[in-house]
Amino acid sequence: MEIKYSMKKGSLIVRISGEIDHHTSEDIREKLDREFQRQNAKNIIFDFSDIQFMDSSGIGVIMGRYKNVKERGGKVGIFNVQPQIDRIFQLSGLYKIINHYHSLDEAVASLQ
Amino acid sequence: MQYQNTMTLSFISKSQNEAFARVAVAAFVSQLDPTLEEISDIKTAVSEAVTNAVIHGYENQEGIITVSCTICGNVVDITIADEGIGIEDIEQAREPLYTSKPELERSGMGFTMMETFMDEVEVESEKGKGTIVRMRKKLRSLD
Ligand SMILES: Nc1ncnc2c1ncn2[C@@H]1O[C@H](COP(=O)(O)OP(=O)(O)OP(=O)(O)O)[C@@H](O)[C@H]1O
Ligand SMILES: [Mg+2]
Repeated sequence: MEIKYSMKKGSLIVRISGEIDHHTSEDIREKLDREFQRQNAKNIIFDFSDIQFMDSSGIGVIMGRYKNVKERGGKVGIFNVQPQIDRIFQLSGLYKIINHYHSLDEAVASLQ
Repeated sequence: MQYQNTMTLSFISKSQNEAFARVAVAAFVSQLDPTLEEISDIKTAVSEAVTNAVIHGYENQEGIITVSCTICGNVVDITIADEGIGIEDIEQAREPLYTSKPELERSGMGFTMMETFMDEVEVESEKGKGTIVRMRKKLRSLD
């Protein structure tokens, strides 16, 4: 599991490669929270291009980040979601609280 | 005669073994030549049940988890068993969004995912004795 970060117009862009399960989620959670603080970001945008697997632990990670970001008046966006993970997001109702975009540019533009 | 095959795995309840278990079951089932979607469904369901055994069954203490998988024709039966704390109210546990551990950022979607991605899910549990989850999926790609 590897995480790449970049900042654009107040949004922390997070690209995780690998699998999000219970085992990896603790590390992911800790790293994301640290980087979010460090960058003093407002929003988080998840680039899901390189996620090979995600189970309910991933729902927990995203809901938890959503709560933190919301406290600061920011939003959570996501793009490039593979079909299997898209089904998990639909099922869990996650798309009701986070914004689903077609591209990074669209996400950055609408969240700024 | 229908084709039959079976396997059993036992391992310690370490979180590292969640990936091991789902990949091992997927590799075993792959002899049926399932679609990518079917494999993905099975991996997700196994991951949910094994993770529940680690987090809830054994509450992150050490215990043994047993996963078995049986193939009969195009039907896959998977059993995940632990000898942990057990579930008092199974009906409540299976409700979408119910979790006994919200402080760990659990979403309460595990059983709902198993039910969505598999055809049948049965839960047998006794407080203090452990939990057995039985799941079945028919691989339609082979019809
Ligand atoms: N093997 C088990 N042993 C003991 N309790 C269990 C077991 N599996 C599930 N449970 C109980 O059932 C509840 C619901 O399980 P479910 O997988 O649906 O949600 P969760 O694990 O709490 O959250 P999520 O799976 O979304 O991370 C758990 O919170 C727990 O109380
Ligand atoms: Mg669970």
